[in-house]
Amino acid sequence: MIIRNKPDIAPSEITPKSVFDNRREFIQKAGFGLMAGAAVSLLSNPIKAAIVSSGAPEGTSRLMGHTSVPAITKPLPFGAHQKIASYTKTTYGASEKLTTYENITTYNNYYEFGTDKNEPAINSKLFKPYPWTVSIEGEVKKNKTISIEDIYKLAPLEERIYRMRCVEGWSMVIPWIGLPLAQLIKWAEPNSNAKYLEFISLADKQQMPGQNLQVLDWPYVEGLRMDEAMNPLTMMAVGLYGEQLPNQNGAPMRLVTPWKYGFKGAKAIVKIRFVEKMPVSSWMKAGPNEYGFYANVNPNVEHPRWTQSSEKRIGGGLFAGRIKTQMFNGYTEQVGQMYAGMDLRKNF
Amino acid sequence: MLAFLKNNPTKKQITHIKIFLFMLCLTPLARLLWLSITDNLSANPIEFIERSTGFWGLFILLATLTLTPVRLLTGRAWPIQMRRMLGLFMFFYACLHIITYIWLDFAFDWLDITKDIAKHPRILVGFAAFILSVPLALTSTNNMIKRLREHWKQLHQLVYLIAILATVHFWWLVKKDIREPLLYACILITLLGVRVYYKYIKNAKVNKVQINSL
Repeated sequence: MIIRNKPDIAPSEITPKSVFDNRREFIQKAGFGLMAGAAVSLLSNPIKAAIVSSGAPEGTSRLMGHTSVPAITKPLPFGAHQKIASYTKTTYGASEKLTTYENITTYNNYYEFGTDKNEPAINSKLFKPYPWTVSIEGEVKKNKTISIEDIYKLAPLEERIYRMRCVEGWSMVIPWIGLPLAQLIKWAEPNSNAKYLEFISLADKQQMPGQNLQVLDWPYVEGLRMDEAMNPLTMMAVGLYGEQLPNQNGAPMRLVTPWKYGFKGAKAIVKIRFVEKMPVSSWMKAGPNEYGFYANVNPNVEHPRWTQSSEKRIGGGLFAGRIKTQMFNGYTEQVGQMYAGMDLRKNF
Repeated sequence: MLAFLKNNPTKKQITHIKIFLFMLCLTPLARLLWLSITDNLSANPIEFIERSTGFWGLFILLATLTLTPVRLLTGRAWPIQMRRMLGLFMFFYACLHIITYIWLDFAFDWLDITKDIAKHPRILVGFAAFILSVPLALTSTNNMIKRLREHWKQLHQLVYLIAILATVHFWWLVKKDIREPLLYACILITLLGVRVYYKYIKNAKVNKVQINSL
């Protein structure tokens, strides 16, 4: 006969460790938010991204009234909705009508956090993009790593408004903040064997629940040819709409190549490898007939699933119709010469 | 109240069930209208409507195809009386689906629509499924059933092809995460499998009954 003792606490009632830890962190952050309000000027953080007086995490004021908050010793310079203190505006896309922050941050293809477009915003809430380091490897003078804080300092941050065209036939206009990738490459000191760059995103099933499903070969891998990477348009984005990148948009750092389909924009990059041979990206592995290495926006090369000659601009409402897709997403002047003489139908 | 689960429902109860089912089949549309009034159709409302109407069309189609297996497995024939209504609701959502595609998505740009159908197998099979369902909807009246006699049954067996095409249409939509279309494909295979079993295996043993009702 089996005697079962009913446990005091049902398994379903036990708080998962991740939630527990997250709550501690929240309380810490809240505590820091209080301190920060009083001590902005004392902070020596060079990015100053962290705390403007309104930068205390949401809910702090409510928390104040009810709880005594433990003080903490270590400042946490990053977090959701943190403003980026200093960046310069540029003329890129100045005439474009911006897609709303709401749409940019709730309609995402980011399979690490789920395959539905509303899932990344929900499933990335516990993701921790800071602290973060990026390692530089391969055909470089010397392998090295760089922290996200130092990447912020590599070059003056710029705001650039770029169109983003997804291979699925929709598009947005996004005010990115970041630096030219060329600046990071200069710092990385590649040698003469470096012909391509390989961007490797984070692989972490704990933080990225979508990776429990083998829909893609994790970690996410993307690549660029050296001249594409050095092109002045190519950007390492660390923010949008004046704030640090939201988790669902690729925090803390993502690639932006506006003349290519959106999937080229690797998110949450942890490693950049300089290589001699053309890298094979995750999507190339997943569907070699559908996704090529170049993935340049091209209305003349059809995709087996989606119309590429026209696109829907997000935010247009129900009756806006479609707009014609432009060659290289309208950036021919800046990037066209890199592909002179290439058969773009073959090198799709 | 739930006596019809044991016994066959009376005529009056059938009417009540039909009214209930009718309202039930309208809820996806009501939901879409509500979400559009409250501006909650996501960042890409047209895609949302396309996905929603397409999903419910397929769902109701599968529901339609469940009635015969229910009869074969339980011997209860009365649910068959719901089949026409369900079939027409499938057609209703398919119409909303294709109207959304032609009007909201492509703004009646017939050249682009033609190209889209011709170049993308996914659109082609979906379009074929819709075209094939038109004659079924048109011949769903009592009058047509009488006039077409045994041809009616043959014609309406197109529903199996339509269901396969619709499932493939959904399968080819997804890039990599095939869990959802896989589920519907499994349901469809099961529903068709029951029919095949009864027609070719069970009846081969018993050597009669029910062949016609497939």
